[in-house]
Amino acid sequence: MSTTTTQTSPADPSALDDRLFLARDNLQALIDLLVAQGHQVIGPKIDQGAIVYTEIQSVDELPRGWTDIQQPGQYRLEKRNDDAYFGFVVGPHSWKRYLFPPITTIAVADQTPQGWEMRGHPGPTPKYAFLGVRACELAAMRVQDRVFLEGPYVDPIYQSRREEAVIIAVNCTQAAATCFCTSMKTGPECQSGFDLALTETAGGFTVVIGSTRGRALAEQLPLRPAVAEEQAAARAGRERAEQQVTKQFDTTDIRDLLLKNLNHPHWADVAERCLSCTNCTMVCPTCFCSSVVDVGDLAGEHVERERRWDSCFNLDFSYMNGGVIRNDVRSRYRQWLTHKLASWIDQFGQSGCVGCGRCITWCPVGIDLTVEVAALRSETAV
Amino acid sequence: MIDTSHATVAPRPVGVNPWVPSTVRIQAIRPEITDVATYDLEFVDDEKGARFRFLPGQFNMLYLPGVGEVAISISGDPAQHGTLAHTIRKAGNVTAALAKLPVGATLGLRGPYGTSWPIETARGNDVILVAGGIGLAPLRPVVCDIVTNRSSYGRVSILHGARNPEGLLFPSEYEHWRANGIDFQTTVDRAADGWTGSVGVVTLLLDRLPLPNPAETVLFACGPEVMMHYTTKTAMGRNVDPGHIWLSTERNMACAIGLCGHCQFGPVFVCKEGPVFNYERIAPYLTIEGL
Repeated sequence: MSTTTTQTSPADPSALDDRLFLARDNLQALIDLLVAQGHQVIGPKIDQGAIVYTEIQSVDELPRGWTDIQQPGQYRLEKRNDDAYFGFVVGPHSWKRYLFPPITTIAVADQTPQGWEMRGHPGPTPKYAFLGVRACELAAMRVQDRVFLEGPYVDPIYQSRREEAVIIAVNCTQAAATCFCTSMKTGPECQSGFDLALTETAGGFTVVIGSTRGRALAEQLPLRPAVAEEQAAARAGRERAEQQVTKQFDTTDIRDLLLKNLNHPHWADVAERCLSCTNCTMVCPTCFCSSVVDVGDLAGEHVERERRWDSCFNLDFSYMNGGVIRNDVRSRYRQWLTHKLASWIDQFGQSGCVGCGRCITWCPVGIDLTVEVAALRSETAV
Repeated sequence: MIDTSHATVAPRPVGVNPWVPSTVRIQAIRPEITDVATYDLEFVDDEKGARFRFLPGQFNMLYLPGVGEVAISISGDPAQHGTLAHTIRKAGNVTAALAKLPVGATLGLRGPYGTSWPIETARGNDVILVAGGIGLAPLRPVVCDIVTNRSSYGRVSILHGARNPEGLLFPSEYEHWRANGIDFQTTVDRAADGWTGSVGVVTLLLDRLPLPNPAETVLFACGPEVMMHYTTKTAMGRNVDPGHIWLSTERNMACAIGLCGHCQFGPVFVCKEGPVFNYERIAPYLTIEGL
């Protein structure tokens, strides 16, 4: 059993053509259906001046009429001049926080008369439904699938959450200045990996069915055939997003460019600006580094092994035998960038970057990895 | 011609959830040298113990609830089943807490993990083992195999270096190894009263070692990175093929299953692709500072 069996190939190829339509007033019916099926619906919502992913029960919680303006080191919400529910790009959260939670118990140990006894993660698996997954985020899930599901060892926590999660994708109809999905070939249009994919237009959403599970959902929704004008509007929206992606990232031979220039002076140049704050790794939808700490009761007889997100920018991340291997910002930034863009290819057969631009937006000093790689490229003798 | 394919499929841990350790009991503790002791561990579940197999060079994650986990290579004989020997130096929190445990105490174990020394490649050829300090522990399973199957190997030399004579590991076994046709040599950085042996770095022993068949010589090294760097350089200078050199490297192996990111060394996860690497696989990264 795997997620891919339910989500890869479209149930009906002809369905990939905006032929169904969910009226704007029926979006709540989708949420209600998912809730009725026992899902916890996670969707976009404004919190502390940003659009984050959190539990929602009503369309009134969606960021209707808002958009996000992004630049290196900048993120602002602005009112739109319409009532679009999904008229923004991506915020600081990614779905990884639900599939690979920031803090989770992976095992427990109990002291018994026979000594220590260990067992796996307790508790039921949350049954999520993700509403509003973008193309780059579908790609990020596939990247993390390679890490957590397709290596020699499977992470049971990620696996069970991933298998349960229903994915309602939403195609981007606009792009931010930080987006570069077209360079990473991950978007902006959702191609696969979803149960349903919506494209928002003025009157509602065209709907694409992406899986048998999606077809079952569609059968219970108040859908009607889309008319030609609605299909044209959806297509125009997706084309607008593609045209708005102006950031280009040249990834030619990037693996060798980075791994054969580990002592390049440009690393020290970035290090003068980088604060080693870990923001880029926290917002990245594919970064998977973690540490495990033991949390015990006062008697020391019950201990929980807690896995927490960690970052290669933390000083003690590379601690070993009384010392730290990556002792300066230069080596830590180099580790992050070479891992994301180069050694990820060695390890998992693909880039670790999906072009979502979060690390650029949420960097407090506005470091743009595409600019850094271009600079390194231009300074490298061929 | 030496077969350099590293084709041995390493045993995998027992159990479905890779995060859950099995309970093991300390069956015996043997003090070795200062701050180093060998712990014989046995599974509380006999059936798990009977199924457990490992290859020379593989490691286990030992878990002390409330303290943490640490990666320790297995130092026992892979052909002997029942107990698992781990030779451990008191270095951090977990190993310090472990040093306080008595015989009979229980702890957790996950494993075995990682790649192994290519025994099949070594057999039929001349073999040099170079060990710095406690680096002899991950090589001891290889020595066990050589002793048991001595006629399968050509000339065998073990070059063991330590800071001082008290730092030479497993001294009670040297005579047994020599009696089995192993050229066992030691050297120390600093001599002490009564020391009549060699003084200096371990590469000096390698410099003087007769190498009648460098093209059919396999070298395994484990120790500080700087020692392995100069050992490799010296060996290649004496016409040992770089493809016949294997090194056991160390990084912060925290999960051992390639999921936590801590043990990356350039493009490799040391826990998955290592700890035993062919020199050529990691050569470009050995001299990069802070990698």
